[in-house]
Amino acid sequence: MSANPKTGVYRTPLGRARGLGSAKSGVGRFIGERVTAVALLFLVTWGVWSALTLARGGFDGAIHWLGSPVNAVLLLLLAIVGFYHMQIGMTVIIEDYIGKPVTKALLLIANAFVCWGAMALTVVCILKIALMGGGS
Amino acid sequence: MVELLLPKNSKVGKGRHHPAPAGAKNVRRFSVYRWDPEGTGNPVWDTYDLDTDAFGPMVLDALIHIKNNVDSTLAFRRSCREGVCGSCAMNIGGRNTLACTHGWEEVPGNEVQIAPLPHMEVVKDLVADLTLFYAQYASIEPWLHTSTPEPQGEWRQSEEDRAKLDGLYECILCACCTTSCPSYWWNGEKYLGPATLLQARRWLADSRDEATGERLDALEDPFKLYRCHTIMNCAQVCPKGLNPAKAIGEIKEMLVERVI
Repeated sequence: MSANPKTGVYRTPLGRARGLGSAKSGVGRFIGERVTAVALLFLVTWGVWSALTLARGGFDGAIHWLGSPVNAVLLLLLAIVGFYHMQIGMTVIIEDYIGKPVTKALLLIANAFVCWGAMALTVVCILKIALMGGGS
Repeated sequence: MVELLLPKNSKVGKGRHHPAPAGAKNVRRFSVYRWDPEGTGNPVWDTYDLDTDAFGPMVLDALIHIKNNVDSTLAFRRSCREGVCGSCAMNIGGRNTLACTHGWEEVPGNEVQIAPLPHMEVVKDLVADLTLFYAQYASIEPWLHTSTPEPQGEWRQSEEDRAKLDGLYECILCACCTTSCPSYWWNGEKYLGPATLLQARRWLADSRDEATGERLDALEDPFKLYRCHTIMNCAQVCPKGLNPAKAIGEIKEMLVERVI
């Protein structure tokens, strides 16, 4: 048994390899990443096409467009699925590159706050325009 | 954690130069990473101008020539000299491979640069510390797990089921793949790495094994398994032509199959 050169802690190599054991989770996030990616393939295509179409209609045209339930629902899905996918992706990046536990935890919390906050704000804006029109 | 710059004690300086012997006709320069744990300095690149008519075609032939004829202090591992044992895995010309099966003429450029396996602690010169690598392999319990009492003869397996182990059982645990993986560089303490996961898949694919569920339980973890982002360095460098990324993908498929 030798001390870990990085931590100075004495532990057998097998103990070190086993660490805290398996979290017995991860497949849910793996499926979530892929399902949201497939959904976004369609939603983003629709979103880009809609944005290009709306560019011709002006402000009033856009308000009218969002009054359609189908457009409003698809735009809501684009926002919700998009921000959820973003949160999963950022989580993976933070876990990959940030090793310090406190920094990692703070960044993961910040990631959740930003993604869910932005999602909530977008949803409220879409609903407000869809249900109440574009007035203040 | 990701390290953008080398740690101070890993910065490699310029070492000694060993000129070619007088009368040498075909000379090639070999640049070899040197570090002595008993010294106090940083690692250095020693350069050796060798008469290539004096040794065989493989990089290992050159290293053995250096050790026998030029500089006996050079340390490296080797055993079988034919790509079976995996001992002489090192980084040659910027690519992890086996010194015994890689020809020095295959290395492009003017010089043949030889370094230990990347991002591992170095024991001496070209010898990397593989303690954790072997422990990670042991942690997946790479042997047959059964609850059924042992049969009188052997555990039987159809030819089709045996064929499912092809592409998995050939791994020689040289660590070329694991030490070429950026995910292993950044999270090697927690991520099991391509070689260990390929071996894990080897036991998951074995029709005789009765512990598939327990094995999957032990692997389902954001770090132990899911740090693999299919970067594919593992498959590119494997000297046996195996594809650890594919094996890891198959483990992920099994985990999905379990929940849907």
